[in-house]
Amino acid sequence: MSLKQSAYQSEKKIIPYLFSSLMWCGGALILLIFLGLIFELCWQGRQAFSAFGFHFITSTTWNPGNQEFSAGTALIGTLVSSFIGVILALPLSFGCAYCLNELLPQRIARYITAATQLLAAIPSIILGMWGFFILVPLMAHYVQPFLKHLFGPVPYLDLLFSGGTFGVGILTAGLILAIMITPFITAIMQEAFANTPTMLKESAYSLGATKWEVMHQVILPWVQKGVVGGVVLGWGRALGETMAVTFVIGNAHHVSWSLFMPTNTIASLIALEFSESAAGSLKMSSLMALGAVLMVISFFVLFCSQLLLKQVLKSR
Amino acid sequence: MAHLHNKLQGRSPHLMRWRFIKNHCMTVFAFFTILIMLCILISILATLIINGLSGLSLFTLTHMTAPQGLPGGLLNPILGSLIQVGLATLIAIPLGIMGGIFLAECSNKKLSAVIRFIADMMMSVPSILIGLFVYILLVMTFGYSAFAGSCSLAVLALPVIARTTEEALNMVPSAIHEAGFALGAPKWKVILWVCLPAARGGVITGILLAISRIAGETAPLLFTSLGNSDWSWNIFKPMASLPLTIYQYADSADDTWIQLAWTAALVITIFVLCLNLIARIYVDRRRKKDQ
Amino acid sequence: MSLFHTKHLRMVSVIGLSFAFFAVVLPSAHAQDTATVTGVGSSFAAPLYQNWAASALKDINLKVNYQPLGSSAGQNQIIAKTVNFGALDMSTSVEQLSQANLVQFPTAIGGIAVVVNIPGIKENKLRLTGDLIADIYAGKITKWNDPRIVAMNKDLALSAIDIAPIYRADGSGTTQVFTSYLSKESEGWKKSFGSNTSIAWPTGMGGRGNGSVASMVKNMEGGIGYVEYAYALQNHLNTAQLKNLAGEFVSINEDTIQAAAKAADWIHARNYSIDLIDMKGDDSWPIVSTTYVLIPAFNKDSKEVTKFFQWGFSHGDEIASKLHYVPLPIVVKEKIAKTWEYAGVSSTDAKTK
Repeated sequence: MSLKQSAYQSEKKIIPYLFSSLMWCGGALILLIFLGLIFELCWQGRQAFSAFGFHFITSTTWNPGNQEFSAGTALIGTLVSSFIGVILALPLSFGCAYCLNELLPQRIARYITAATQLLAAIPSIILGMWGFFILVPLMAHYVQPFLKHLFGPVPYLDLLFSGGTFGVGILTAGLILAIMITPFITAIMQEAFANTPTMLKESAYSLGATKWEVMHQVILPWVQKGVVGGVVLGWGRALGETMAVTFVIGNAHHVSWSLFMPTNTIASLIALEFSESAAGSLKMSSLMALGAVLMVISFFVLFCSQLLLKQVLKSR
Repeated sequence: MAHLHNKLQGRSPHLMRWRFIKNHCMTVFAFFTILIMLCILISILATLIINGLSGLSLFTLTHMTAPQGLPGGLLNPILGSLIQVGLATLIAIPLGIMGGIFLAECSNKKLSAVIRFIADMMMSVPSILIGLFVYILLVMTFGYSAFAGSCSLAVLALPVIARTTEEALNMVPSAIHEAGFALGAPKWKVILWVCLPAARGGVITGILLAISRIAGETAPLLFTSLGNSDWSWNIFKPMASLPLTIYQYADSADDTWIQLAWTAALVITIFVLCLNLIARIYVDRRRKKDQ
Repeated sequence: MSLFHTKHLRMVSVIGLSFAFFAVVLPSAHAQDTATVTGVGSSFAAPLYQNWAASALKDINLKVNYQPLGSSAGQNQIIAKTVNFGALDMSTSVEQLSQANLVQFPTAIGGIAVVVNIPGIKENKLRLTGDLIADIYAGKITKWNDPRIVAMNKDLALSAIDIAPIYRADGSGTTQVFTSYLSKESEGWKKSFGSNTSIAWPTGMGGRGNGSVASMVKNMEGGIGYVEYAYALQNHLNTAQLKNLAGEFVSINEDTIQAAAKAADWIHARNYSIDLIDMKGDDSWPIVSTTYVLIPAFNKDSKEVTKFFQWGFSHGDEIASKLHYVPLPIVVKEKIAKTWEYAGVSSTDAKTK
């Protein structure tokens, strides 16, 4: 009896201890992975940072033959392509969220919401493949010549739309990114819109406001931060997208004003050059440093978006 | 609101017409955006089906990949993907649930808030960076392996599972929680055998969504599992996977390879969309039950 | 307590099953594939190695996993010893070889085709010179109806299409060979860009691997690119004629590649490193290259690798010719066998072990 009692006692002591320590491990693991991710990338990139200094970010040369590496071109490509993506995605997702939440009857909206969410579930490599085989010829034959025709005579703007119309390039990459992030932003906007108190909306309707006026002057001011947060989160996603972009960006190390020119993003450059960089080489270190730069940018963007979203969405 | 009120007070017919025109314009615009998104979705699915379906034969599903010029299938990438995603899920589920319990039950609110914030950020961290991270940790010392690939996928799945588990645990009515304590059960028993089973639905949904997220991931595998043109059971050796096969095949000029890439894309998409649909139907059904 | 019992059981069984899964999978995994070798590198030689691997599997029961990630990848990863062999299109210097304790040997000879996509131009009709190609890749010629191109192709109707120069974005032996050809042909190119596995291209866009370049040229109107001949042929790309050292315009085919390969001086080549660019002869194709394999010396796994290539040398010539590579001469193959023995990686030892 006493033996059994003591076994019970020890079980009573050990298992809760084991359980809580396991639980702490689970929490700590998330923290450790995140900190480890930042630390390891910076640590592995130290060789490049010390070799090139601040020049690593500002310079645009990438010449493996002469052991010259820099993040400039890829950084500009990343920022510009994701910016184009956000600019295109913003009206699209706002329109979708407005339509799904306020205009369509619930029964139909449910199915269309599911459909837009299916678009978000499609793996990015498939989007990239679709982009390369469907979108690129479309861009080369119709969209780019049209844009060139449209903006060709306009001074300054013609710079943006100059060069050969090959279909690949930063504009196409931005378009694919827009398609990718629109469902995300739409989902967050929908959630934010739905969180607006019904009473506010209904009192506006009772004043005789139109649907757009309710959207524009009641809902939007109420969920402002959520909408901005959603857009910023979408931007964060676009920054690090690899596969969808690699197929259509053109993989070239030049910076130019033209949106038609092939260029590079940080993620696509890493994916491309990684396999051929020797461990311990300056090139590998430069790629890790590129990763660190991308991590820092995404960190700030995601940080801002989470701060903004936290205040609006109850579930977060 | 006050502004709106003022505006609606003076109702000149001119203003009224302008307001309705603006409303109609925005409605048309909104429907137009929906139409664009639906068109894109349909275009993607149609391209996949038109190009991929013709290659989806018994031969494709039962033969290994072959070098250019020889007839080949997709057996090893399909099995490789299943094994790597399965292994990643097996790694991520216990860790993710542990993390979720921590987030929901930790008494140190400040710490759990920080970790919750980080988990939310990790869901959107570029997957390629997670590939680099696992490369540094595992591949640099042990070489390319399917196991390293699974680890990188598990890192991607971990925050998703942790957060959904937490949310599901928070939804469990406190009455159930307290009933467990009233019976004299210790905290760990209440959480494991009362709260977790009660939150089962949410956790499973989270797991399904996590799997559908990692099934199509390519970037992390690129640095970790390398790809394999042949079949290998050894998870400590490079292994083929569908996304990597697509990455290689779609980028060739060989017609049969492109055909296979489309087929592989179709297989992944069907898998991912099915998981998503199941998760969604599950959520809907539970919601109905709750109501 | 019994209330929780069934749940308990189920949980335990799930955990137990997952452990059982590992317990079954892991050991069986270890036992199974002792005879697998992994190689990484040149996409130039990928069709050859992958086809050899498919046939060799039946004959010598050896699995070869070859990933065409580019020659630089092959070189780097074999130095880092993350793979069993690396494949390159350029020879590695003696210092590097001895430093990393590697053995180098050639496997086959192939030609690099210049491929174009110009609507309305028939197969293999366009004539180009190295000088012109250098100017196209330098961004000095941007339209297909440039007077200098038209002067060489008076019989063709060239329209004002933008030229899209397409290159290898990854480090590639094909690029090394191609740019050394351009450097030989054009002083200006040599001065500003030189030759390397990847260079600072002033214009154009990049693809990953021979396959990707072929695919981009195929899909992009106005495109020009350089790929291994087998890729051009398998993918039905439009090749261009080039002017060789003798001043003749030649088209790429087995005969012209063979003609260039014949002039190679294997006897005096150290570590088999020979240069096959711009060889003499009226019908020599100007851009021809040898493709090499690197393996670690005195290494057990290397024996499996040489077993595979021994098979390739003795049984694989037919496959090589079918894929439009030129097999190595018998003399060279014998020399390679001696090199293997000398480096302690000969497969004949592998059989007795």
